[in-house]
Amino acid sequence: MTAENISYTGNGATGATGQPVLSVRDLKMHFPIKEGLRRKTVGHVYAVDGVSFDVGHAETLGLVGESGCGKSTTARAIIRLLEPTAGEIDFMGVDITRMSRKDLRPVRRDLQIVFQDPYASLNPRMTVREIVAEPLRIHNLYEDGGVERVAELLRLVQLSPEHGNRFPHEFSGGQRQRIGIARALALNPRMLLLDEPVSALDVSIQAQVINLLQEIQGELELSYLFIAHDLSIVRHISHRVGVMYLGHIVEIGTRQEIFQNPTHPYTQALLSAVPIPDPRVSKSRERIVLTGDVPNPSNPPSGCVFRTRCWKAQDICAEETPPLVEQFGHLTACHFAAPVEILAGAVPS
Amino acid sequence: MTEPVLSIRDLVVEFDTPDGVVHAVDGVSYEVYPGETLGVVGESGSGKSVTVMAALGLIQMPPGRIVRGEVLYKGRNIIGLPIEELRKIRNKEIAMIFQDPMTSMNPVFKVGLQIAEALLVHNDDLSEDDARKQTIDLLELVGVPNPSRRYDQYPHEYSGGMRQRAMIAMAMANKPSVLIADEPTTALDVTIQAQVLDVMRIAAEETGAATVLITHDLGVVAEMADRVAVMYGGRVVERGTVDQIFHSPRHPYTLGLMMSLPRVTGEIEKLLPIPGNPPSVINLPPGCAFHPRCRMSEGRELCRTKVPEVVQVTGGHESACHFPDEVVLEIQRDSAVTGIEL
Repeated sequence: MTAENISYTGNGATGATGQPVLSVRDLKMHFPIKEGLRRKTVGHVYAVDGVSFDVGHAETLGLVGESGCGKSTTARAIIRLLEPTAGEIDFMGVDITRMSRKDLRPVRRDLQIVFQDPYASLNPRMTVREIVAEPLRIHNLYEDGGVERVAELLRLVQLSPEHGNRFPHEFSGGQRQRIGIARALALNPRMLLLDEPVSALDVSIQAQVINLLQEIQGELELSYLFIAHDLSIVRHISHRVGVMYLGHIVEIGTRQEIFQNPTHPYTQALLSAVPIPDPRVSKSRERIVLTGDVPNPSNPPSGCVFRTRCWKAQDICAEETPPLVEQFGHLTACHFAAPVEILAGAVPS
Repeated sequence: MTEPVLSIRDLVVEFDTPDGVVHAVDGVSYEVYPGETLGVVGESGSGKSVTVMAALGLIQMPPGRIVRGEVLYKGRNIIGLPIEELRKIRNKEIAMIFQDPMTSMNPVFKVGLQIAEALLVHNDDLSEDDARKQTIDLLELVGVPNPSRRYDQYPHEYSGGMRQRAMIAMAMANKPSVLIADEPTTALDVTIQAQVLDVMRIAAEETGAATVLITHDLGVVAEMADRVAVMYGGRVVERGTVDQIFHSPRHPYTLGLMMSLPRVTGEIEKLLPIPGNPPSVINLPPGCAFHPRCRMSEGRELCRTKVPEVVQVTGGHESACHFPDEVVLEIQRDSAVTGIEL
């Protein structure tokens, strides 16, 4: 790639124009399996195998799925912590799929990631102020008003300025996640990739961080890719939702569509398996209990990847991969898609 | 009314640490009756696991210490029993299922042998062949496919969900009277969790055991429990039937949990988190441990100075709040803000 075709212009270039902030097309991330002394490649783990979606301006796309479905790998490939095997990633109108590290630097200002584990993702030897200031220093922005910026960021995530002098171990999980968010916001990004940001937190603290993320989004008009396995949280925070299974998006649509009108058997099974914190509903409802486990991603089933656990599977499911196409109002990848109301008798109106 | 099969009374457990004394369990009482499931909920550090570990003599002493309290199993206090007698009760009469089935099985022995061993240890007359047969039946009951082949596999050859099924089979092996499950599905994916919860129901039905289900997941509790004990800061703050706890809580902490919880069943306006952080167990706040985070307590001296006693609010429903009746008004106010109807 040459310098000319990088028309990356930095903050706020697109988005308001109605173009997606992030556009992912047919993204593939295959990891080689190496064996023997010569480290010969004997196969691949198809962690992400053809994923496409858009995230709009100030929009949250929730990506749900069970462990090993490829949702975190998708985020890591987008931010180029992993080199994608194939596909295209456009961020604010620019193809960043094969950009050099040097050219990626301005992109990384605008596209930040927050990790799940607030214990592992903060340097224990740095004070909170140093942690939050680090991105500013790396991008040579600290000299000019860095001190004020750090104080402002700590306020934004509802930590007091005195917290700046302390070390990560002095904080609770929720507070550490706030520090991680402050660091991600330091460079004024347009988009955050949030990889299970509240999964390690207790319920009461989880709600604090979710509210904080929603407030920040409202204030700064950020786009979020919100990755989680908890469907309740995804329903609450997302505008649109994509459901992943074994490296594929099997269904994607607005949260109303996905939760009220799911058409893919896997989405239906997933929704019916969520324990509902309401004894009057949860004890009376019907469950779709899937048999077996998720297949090995190094040897995915032919055709539809879900067919080995699907009660609707027919011969065609083994022969033809169902495309992700619009059926019943949103995109779904099933030969026998049909809407089923799973969460009937919904509690809060 | 029948007698509780397991009853914990005013249990106090402390640990000596370099930073000071940790008051992990601070006067916990609850009981479980035959055939029922008691859900014990609370966030990390609330003392929900330590309570049962201490009750069964599974904490390291020192640094741990049982300061006072009784644990009555079928009316008999098992605290301070000689280790030999305690071992007989554990596993045979009171069985445990832990969160992480990988670490609670021996990796170098076949899964089937480990379950068969549980049978053989507590049953001198049983032949090895019969133990194998019974084990295969148990594996089949908990939904392990091809049980006779799976018998000869090692724990690493099982997936997480399958391992947890095998753990349940092991726990059921001697038809225990009490089944204690400590976060049994926390490490599992939601579709696998649904399978394992079904298996737990089958296990409870087959054995007629009383189940103590310890979890932080309110959804799992709503689904499984008959009665619930809510723990905070090493104490039980509320106790009641699952319906009372979820639909008419009488402790502000329980209410706070309900209002912090996004719902998969509908769109809600806004979550109402509990402010602040869980208390430090080394330095518990004086009075009610929840008062620094409680909206109802603001400025009230009683909350700051006096540990609230557990009081009955209605039949079978108890709250450790000085002002349980005020929670009713709080529910209405919070519902208006969040859109969550209890």
